[in-house]
Amino acid sequence: MDYKVIVGLEIHVQLCTKTKMFCGCALSFGEEANSRVCPVCLGMPGVLPVMNKQAYEYAVLAALALNCKIAKFTKWDRKGYYYPDLPKNYQISQYDLPLSSDGFIEIPLESGQIKRIGIIRAHLEEDAGKNLHTGGDFSQVDLNRAGTPLLEIVTRPDMNSAAEVRALAVELQRVVRYLGVSEADMQKGHMRFEPNINLVVSKDGAEYKTPIAEIKNLNSFRALERSVEYEVQRQLDEFLETGEVMSVGNKSTRGWDDAREVTVLQREKEEAPEYRYFPEPDLVPVELTKEWLNEIKSGLCELPIQKQMRFVKEYGFSDYDAGVLTAERTTAEFFDGAVKAEGEPKRICNLLTQIGLKLANERGCSVAELGIEAEGLAELAKMVEAGGISATASSTIFEEMVKSGKGPQIIAKELNLIQKSDAGELEIIVDEVFKENPKAVDDVKSGGKKSQKARGFLLGQVMQKTKGQANPKVVSEILEKKLS
Amino acid sequence: MRNELLEMGCKELRDSISAGRVKSVAAAEAVFERIEKYEGAVGAYISTFKEQALRKAGEIDEKVSSGEAVGELAGVPIAVKDNMCTTFGATTCASRILENFHSPYNATVVERLLAADAVIVGKTNMDEFAMGSSTENSGLEKTSNPWDTSRVPGGSSGGSAAATAAGLCFAALGSDTGGSIRQPASFCGVVGLKPTYGRVSRYGLVAYGSSLDQIGPITRTVGDCALLMNVIAGHDSSDSTSIDEGTAAVCNYLEKLEEPIEGLKIAVVPEFVSGADKEVQKAITDAIELYKKLGAEIVEVQMPHLDYAIAAYYVIATAEASSNLARYDGVHYGHRTENPQDYIEVYTKSRAEGFGKEVKRRIMLGTYALSSGYYDAYYLKALKVRNLIRGDFGKVFEKCEAILMPVSPTTAFKIGEKINDPLQMYLSDIYTIAVNLAGIPGISIPCGFDKKGLPIGLQIIAPAFGEDKLLRIARMYEKETSWHKKKPEIKK
Repeated sequence: MDYKVIVGLEIHVQLCTKTKMFCGCALSFGEEANSRVCPVCLGMPGVLPVMNKQAYEYAVLAALALNCKIAKFTKWDRKGYYYPDLPKNYQISQYDLPLSSDGFIEIPLESGQIKRIGIIRAHLEEDAGKNLHTGGDFSQVDLNRAGTPLLEIVTRPDMNSAAEVRALAVELQRVVRYLGVSEADMQKGHMRFEPNINLVVSKDGAEYKTPIAEIKNLNSFRALERSVEYEVQRQLDEFLETGEVMSVGNKSTRGWDDAREVTVLQREKEEAPEYRYFPEPDLVPVELTKEWLNEIKSGLCELPIQKQMRFVKEYGFSDYDAGVLTAERTTAEFFDGAVKAEGEPKRICNLLTQIGLKLANERGCSVAELGIEAEGLAELAKMVEAGGISATASSTIFEEMVKSGKGPQIIAKELNLIQKSDAGELEIIVDEVFKENPKAVDDVKSGGKKSQKARGFLLGQVMQKTKGQANPKVVSEILEKKLS
Repeated sequence: MRNELLEMGCKELRDSISAGRVKSVAAAEAVFERIEKYEGAVGAYISTFKEQALRKAGEIDEKVSSGEAVGELAGVPIAVKDNMCTTFGATTCASRILENFHSPYNATVVERLLAADAVIVGKTNMDEFAMGSSTENSGLEKTSNPWDTSRVPGGSSGGSAAATAAGLCFAALGSDTGGSIRQPASFCGVVGLKPTYGRVSRYGLVAYGSSLDQIGPITRTVGDCALLMNVIAGHDSSDSTSIDEGTAAVCNYLEKLEEPIEGLKIAVVPEFVSGADKEVQKAITDAIELYKKLGAEIVEVQMPHLDYAIAAYYVIATAEASSNLARYDGVHYGHRTENPQDYIEVYTKSRAEGFGKEVKRRIMLGTYALSSGYYDAYYLKALKVRNLIRGDFGKVFEKCEAILMPVSPTTAFKIGEKINDPLQMYLSDIYTIAVNLAGIPGISIPCGFDKKGLPIGLQIIAPAFGEDKLLRIARMYEKETSWHKKKPEIKK
């Protein structure tokens, strides 16, 4: 018996527009309940929606990055259902003419390969509010979130493992952040996932498809990955026990219990939901002209996966290093800037990943916001490359650059961090050390057990005398020459 | 006895007040005196704002006496249908579900009236959520026809038409989804204009059928109608379906009002005239003759798809209504049932208690039409019919400037006569509905009385954004007749 995992994802991404999808209220997180509302997002009698142009442009930009076809004509529809957090009891969404369709996203696999996942469609809609269950025999409703613009992305069922599902989620987060269309902050619920999962089991020469389960409302990468893993095992067990296969109407909806790490059945035998979609008469359709599309296109940039692949290919970086460098657009672009200023790529990569990101992290900012220029970093990389400073010194200099804003050369001089590589000068010091430590010199010369240790001791003495500024490579060569 | 102030038209009153010859307060007082006398018999209003109106009138008088500029409707007492949101008083839509609803904002038209220094007298009765043709579907108030108080004023803007006809205001705003301005105007012997869809902002108009609803004036004369249009028409950035100035500029509708249209070609659909009651037929035929005399060429045309207008309308309007009225659920505002067992009961009981019979009927119709499996057969088909109807009008307007037809096949019917026969009631909108489906402007003007002394209305229909010509064509007729000068004697 063998089985294949089939997963498709529905993702809601909150766009970082200034105002809500159809009114002038500012987007909200953590404010006092019902403080970011107006008659429009409260669904008061007589109000009318007005489309947020920025939300549409952000959505098109994201869809372009997802290689989607962009519709020249798109319209709005009402999706009707009753729920207390939905003030109008319909959601303005897009039904049969979404703003984009038929795209794909490329995701990096653990093997280093790239996999292409199909995108069925990406469309805009408004978010609902939140029901608050604070105890007592009533619930309360907070409508601050109502009307927040959401980009809904629906993938093809092209993912075949929990790891791939996670990779897609992470990659999508990177893409929308690169484009600047979403903060994609998981803690703030900016990305919410709903995987549809089933298995194709091969047994005794026949194939069986298990019933599809949809897991609702997952809002962390971990929950997403763990829930898919759990669901795969659960479906496999269930299939072995009951032999039930997919049929019309036996799709189920499940929730994720984060504490127990299990999926829980919410609705069984789900029938096709009755949303009574119809065209939203209060909004006019959007017609995208060529000029407008071109204007939106100018917001595109090199995508993270492309950058990552380029770094591996051009500079021979490991997938890991390339991944770290491209996690944030600012880091990757800072790196590109430093390379352009003729710093040695590998040195820049090390400086950025080992020191720069640490400093940025400590300050809660991006690498670009550390207050150093890409040219300064390139210069520092050149100094390391030329052997003018030690690895330890480069760290000290980087920190000092951030603190003082001075250039690396000046700092190195001020702090006396330039390595002594002058063989003549170092030979004098070596001779002094030999005079002071005849026993160690004998030990080296006599060979045997103690030789290696004594050689190390002598090197250490030279470094101490030069306050660490001697180039260890040059000192070793002198020792070698004098002691052999 | 009528106060002579009440005989003035809106423009005359405005001019007199602006010039300081008449006090705004005096006009408002005259209206409220009359309301005290006759409102009991007519029942046009759901709420009146005497104190506020007199205060506003006083402010306008002060402005005038201090030489400050005043607005286009300075001191003119105006009534507003109770489906337009106001921050003062309640906005009920004549429904128990919104009986105590106070809007946090003003509708755009209300803002425009206030900015023009109009004095808002009160908010008028209507069929609940504008669903009906007699105002009998009001959940809050009974309105009678001022010409015969045993008869309906028409609907759904029955309160606005009755108030205007009875002199309980100088003019009013109504809304028209399938004839709700024109039909009550016709029944009450006043002028009612449904503008082109998108000409007047719908922001703050409580939605019934969003793709059909349009606010318009109900006045005693065509001139007053033009004046009100000058105030309320225009683009509104809060209404995405309102037409911007670049597409079709708003004109000064008063400017050329007195100029007749030269070489006027008017279309008539013979079956539509012959389909009406004998006395209505006669009045319409006479009107056609008058236009001929004025030099117009009458062209007989066919509009084959208009037969399907009522069917298409009751699918589209109810579908939109079923969605528009979903928000009245007892959760956020409006009537909420007492002691619900769970949130489902908040919905079901609040709605069952709050909505009247006709509203429930239309919600159910619309919900059905939008349900999966029925959408294509009903809603989609209705949209196709709507396009064909637009096409019918388009063809006629290729060769004619306007179409003449009755507003309603009958004059005002008795209260209670049709209330238990919804289909008969729906059929009374047979001549008005197609205009909403096509999104074009139509006006009703008084064109005679039947033997019972009940007013008859003439409907003139023009192409989109043709309000200026439409009003001029209406004025050509009005100038030659005196139907509009006759006033009802209200029997208490």
